[in-house]
Amino acid sequence: MTDTREIQEEIIDEFSILGDDKESTIYYIMEIGDKLAPFPENERIEENIIKGCQSKVWLTTRFEDNKVFFLADSNTDITKGLISLLIRVLSGRTPQEILDTDLYFINKIGMNNIIGSQRSNGLVSMIKQMKLFALAYQAKFNV
Amino acid sequence: MDLDLHHIRSLFPVLHQEVNGKPLVYFDNAATTQKPQPVIEALTRYYELDNSNIHRGAHTLAARATEYYEKTRIMVQDFIHAEEPEEVIFTKGTTEGINLVASTFGRKFIHEGDEILISTLEHHSNIVPWQMLCEEKGAVLKVIPINDHGEILLEEFDKLLSPRTKLVSIVHVSNALGTVNPVEYIIEKAHAVGAKVLLDGAQSSSHLKIDVQKLDCDFFAFSAHKIYGPTGLGILYGKREVLESMPPYMGGGEMIKEVTFEKTTYNDIPFKFEAGTPNIADVIAFQKALEFVNDLGKSKMVEHENELLHYAEEALGSIKGFIPVGEAKEKVSILSFLIKDMHPFDVGMMLDAGGIAVRTGHHCAQPLMKRFDIEGTVRASFSVYNTKDEIDRLYQSLSKIAKIKNK
Repeated sequence: MTDTREIQEEIIDEFSILGDDKESTIYYIMEIGDKLAPFPENERIEENIIKGCQSKVWLTTRFEDNKVFFLADSNTDITKGLISLLIRVLSGRTPQEILDTDLYFINKIGMNNIIGSQRSNGLVSMIKQMKLFALAYQAKFNV
Repeated sequence: MDLDLHHIRSLFPVLHQEVNGKPLVYFDNAATTQKPQPVIEALTRYYELDNSNIHRGAHTLAARATEYYEKTRIMVQDFIHAEEPEEVIFTKGTTEGINLVASTFGRKFIHEGDEILISTLEHHSNIVPWQMLCEEKGAVLKVIPINDHGEILLEEFDKLLSPRTKLVSIVHVSNALGTVNPVEYIIEKAHAVGAKVLLDGAQSSSHLKIDVQKLDCDFFAFSAHKIYGPTGLGILYGKREVLESMPPYMGGGEMIKEVTFEKTTYNDIPFKFEAGTPNIADVIAFQKALEFVNDLGKSKMVEHENELLHYAEEALGSIKGFIPVGEAKEKVSILSFLIKDMHPFDVGMMLDAGGIAVRTGHHCAQPLMKRFDIEGTVRASFSVYNTKDEIDRLYQSLSKIAKIKNK
C-alpha cells in the first residue's frame, strides 16, 4: 500500500487539474462524496455523530489486523466528499500511522477557501475524531 | 414610469464585484439589504464633520448632531405614519425592540396564568423573549398553527383568543416563507378581548406600506439594515399611552429627569427608553435610506419585487426536482425551496461557487421547519436592485445543480 504522503500527492494532483474554478471544484467534491462506501443503517445513531460539524456526520470504525478502517456518512454531499478524502488517506492504516500523518494536502489544495471557515471547523472536528479513534485503539490493543 | 434599474444599481457599490470569478448576484436581501452610496457617505460625513454627543451639549456640533438625529425620528414617524415622533424609539434592531417590550410591558402587565399568542411562522426573536417572560411570570405561550401553504389558520386563532390573552405578538411577513399575515383581522380580534398587539415588521417594513395608525397595532418593531440602512439600528414604535404606562428598559444617562441617591424620576418618551449614548451615526445615515425609498416610491418598489418573485417562481418551478416551501396566496419577495434529494447547504454552496448569494438553513425559525418536517430550505429573497437577468442566472445554475440528483 502506498504511504499517506503518496496518496496526498495524488489528491493534490487531482485538485490542481481543476485549477482555480470553485464551481468545478465543488462539483468534484460532491462527485467523490457520492462514491463513498455505503454506511450501515444500524450505525446511523446519535453516538456516531461527530460533534462540531454544521451538517450531520456519522463515523464508525472497525479494527482488523492492527489496522483501523473508517466508514462515514453525512446528510450533505459536500461533507461526504470531504470525509471521503480523509478516509482515502487514513483508512486501513495502523493507529501509529494515522497519528503520525500530517494532513498537509488540506492546505495545499486551499480547502479553507473552497469550503469557508465554518465548514473548515467541521473538517477539523472530523480529523480530530479519526485521530482519537486511532489513539483509543492504540491504547486498547497496545499496538 | 418604470424604475430605472440601471441608475438604481449604480447607487450600490457592493453589487459591482465578482465573486468566485462571476459577477455577484445578491439574493440574500431578507437577511440584509445592501446600502446605497448616500447612506455610506452620510456615515463618513457624520464622523468627518458632525461627530458630537447629542442632547444637552452647549456647543454647535452637539446641536447639529442632535438636530440631525431628531430629524430621523420625524422621518421614521412619517415612514410608518405614527401620530407623533415621540412614539418612535431607536433600538439596536427588531430583536431588541421585541425584548424591550417583553422586559417592560411584560414585566408590568403579564401575570401568572396570562396568555401570550404567537404563530408557527415566528423568527426565534419573536419566540424566545416570550418563553423567557412566561417562565419568569408563570404565564402561558400559545401558538397559532398554520396550513401546508404556510398561512395562519384564522379559525384556530379565534379559538385560542380569550380574555386571558394579554398580548398577541405576530410576524407581519414571514422571513422564511414570505407569507403576508392578515394582521388587520388579528389586531381587531385581539383588541376585542383587550389584548395588545406587537407586529414584527423586520420583513414587512421594506416591502409593504406601513401605516401604524391604520393598522392600529400597539407596537411595531423593525430594523434599519433591512431597508437599505446601517446595521445595529432598529425602531420600536409604540402607542403613546402604552409606552407611557411601561416602566423603563435600561437605566442610565438620557432616560432620567432627575437623579438623587434616594430616588430617580424618569424622562418622558421616547428618551425613557433610550438610555446611554445611542447609535448616532447610523440613526443620521438612516435618513438617506429612507430618502432612497421615498424617492423611488414604495409601491413601485413592491411592484418590481413582486414581478421578480413571480418570474422566479415560474422559471424555477419548471426545474425538475424543484420543491417550493410556503405557497401562501399573499406573499412578498421571498422564495424558499428545496431540491429533491439534495441538502440545502450543498445547493447554497454550489450557487455561491457560481457567484449567487442565497441563504440556506432554518432561517432562525426552527419550529416552522419542524412543522414542514424539514431541516431547512434554500431562500432567495429579492430587492429593488435585482433584475430578471439575475433570476435567469439563478435558473441556469439551479438547473445544472438539480440535474445531479434529478436526471
